[in-house]
Amino acid sequence: MGSEVPHVAVLASRVRYEEKQIMAALERRGVRFARLDPRSLVVTEGTRWEGARFVLNREVGYFRALYAAGTLESAGVTLLNSAEATRVSGDKWHTSAALVRHGLPTPRTALAMTPDAALDALDQLGYPAVIKPLVGSWGRLVTRLSDRETAAAVLEHLAALPSPQSHVLYLQEYVPGAGRDLRVLVVGGRAIGATYRRGDQWRTNVARGAVSERCPLGPDLVKLAEAAAEAVGAVIAGVDLIEDRDGRLTVLEVNDRVEFRGLQEAHGAAIDVADTIAAFLIERAGT
Amino acid sequence: MQQVLNGAECPECATPVELAENATVSEIVECVGCRSELEIASIAPPMLVPAPDVEEDWGE
Repeated sequence: MGSEVPHVAVLASRVRYEEKQIMAALERRGVRFARLDPRSLVVTEGTRWEGARFVLNREVGYFRALYAAGTLESAGVTLLNSAEATRVSGDKWHTSAALVRHGLPTPRTALAMTPDAALDALDQLGYPAVIKPLVGSWGRLVTRLSDRETAAAVLEHLAALPSPQSHVLYLQEYVPGAGRDLRVLVVGGRAIGATYRRGDQWRTNVARGAVSERCPLGPDLVKLAEAAAEAVGAVIAGVDLIEDRDGRLTVLEVNDRVEFRGLQEAHGAAIDVADTIAAFLIERAGT
Repeated sequence: MQQVLNGAECPECATPVELAENATVSEIVECVGCRSELEIASIAPPMLVPAPDVEEDWGE
């Protein structure tokens, strides 16, 4: 590799608050880095990769993130998170399976291969239940099904969607909480901060206007969040949890390309998420 | 196209959109005129294009 090629890179097509903060942190630390835009990334099998050897994956789209990571890894590049972590945590079913396999608390979940099978699965899970898209989201198309009649109508709409993936249905029991969920940020395998997210709807995604408030990092929360990140193989993760009415914590999902604006703003100067991620990347890259 | 000091015209409504000193390519900015999401396509010369639509697999 030529000495002019930066050792580290940030993979991102869309430079949002998070990517900008991470790149600014790398600059403050005096690290030369490249930004790889997956929209123009081409890797040809059998040719030598001349780019960065350590890449932070911040691509917003699941499939581009997954294929770019896998392709770069096959060229000998180290990805943070790994392509496998992106594969598992970017897909809700793979995440649920990993959490169950590791014995971690998570809502009862079923996967149905057709809308008809989904109705049967929902009869087993009971109502209310939740249906979620397997990938992506920001809360989009996440629907609470109050009864069988509602479920049949929603499934009929999903059956009419053109994407075959829309016909594979992720179904989950609805866990009534306290109108809030929790987000724990894990960097380098360690929980560094947490927030409560409260919204005026049952979905508490910050992308849907939920408000983040600082949450104390208690030992049970730390242990569970770190275990959930490890279960999906992620070293940088946003772990979403909910407390049921009895105060028991259960893991909803793990995000490998985590958004942290709400958590950062809730903590002010108490933590610097972007700098913590930058420092971890530098440490792993040995830069 | 109107020349905007430290910025460019919104491609949707032609409102001048100023870019921050530390603006970077691919950064998403919002037009103060029409609230469109715009992507910085180039810093020198400054150029804005409509930001890509949100795709099905985006998000967390």
